[in-house]
Amino acid sequence: MSDTPTTEQLTAWVTRFAELVREHRDELTALDSAIGDADHGSNMDRGMTAVVAAVTEAPPADPAALLKKTGATLVSKVGGASGPLYGTLFLRMAGAVEEGFAPALRAGFEGVLARGKAEPGDKTMVDALGPACDVLDAGGSLAEAAQAAADGRDATVPLVARKGRASYLGERSAGHADPGATSTAYLLQAAAETLS
Amino acid sequence: MSVGVVVVSHSRALADAAVELARQMLPGRELAIEVAAGMDDGSLGTDAVAVSEAITAADSGEGVVVLMDLGSAVLSAETALELLDDDVSDRVTLSAAPLVEGLVGAVVVAAGGATRDQVAREAERGLAPKQAQLG
Repeated sequence: MSDTPTTEQLTAWVTRFAELVREHRDELTALDSAIGDADHGSNMDRGMTAVVAAVTEAPPADPAALLKKTGATLVSKVGGASGPLYGTLFLRMAGAVEEGFAPALRAGFEGVLARGKAEPGDKTMVDALGPACDVLDAGGSLAEAAQAAADGRDATVPLVARKGRASYLGERSAGHADPGATSTAYLLQAAAETLS
Repeated sequence: MSVGVVVVSHSRALADAAVELARQMLPGRELAIEVAAGMDDGSLGTDAVAVSEAITAADSGEGVVVLMDLGSAVLSAETALELLDDDVSDRVTLSAAPLVEGLVGAVVVAAGGATRDQVAREAERGLAPKQAQLG
């Protein structure tokens, strides 16, 4: 998808993502209790609920403003590492959204890499976001990007975590999908449902 | 004016206790020590906006050294620098020091009028006394 999404589309995207996070809140927290500090579902739910409230209360005027508001709310309200990471994703997207969704997501991904310093295979959200960006950059559809993110999430199951709280667990972190990669797969699912 | 100190922690109680311990080293002396810890609703977590506000409050123009606990505290502190104007963020040092030991060392030299680099260096060597004792 190379077109620039509208403010309404992006609002629908973050709203749908908030719904998916709410729906899967317990699943995300259960994954995080297996390999982390058991707060990813509740943290992301708190953050995305605050995002929806913020953009409903004072609807941003343009796509960049919507993405900036989303990112600024997440860095303040999530609480865990996913706050600065998802927040940076949206803040960097704001700076590139005029070029289209795919370049914006790529810019956001680069922000996540810079902020978290994770590499592919570290069992993080990078493992879902990177493949989705690659699909979009190659001209693929949002549905294909969402599938790539889901495949990336599934591929984190056998990995040993090398970043974040899960890295304290070493080998014991293998055998579960990464919570951040899982929420990222929902982010791309929401994009496929609302931006196509 | 002194270099300011900011404590970033997941837990308000942890941060306040660390500051209490550190202030014990400063009898009768003033120092700007700001805390950004925990979430509005009392749960554990860090807030980059709160960190940026704490840095602004602690900064008298001489700069700020930020001590953090772990994980998102570090990411939130880094994100906070992006939220600040460059002229402010340019005089902030994020310290890799252990929170409690680093904080105690930092506040003592900061209250003595040291520069930001000196305060940051003192924080970084915060583990040295413990290492020397334990061998």
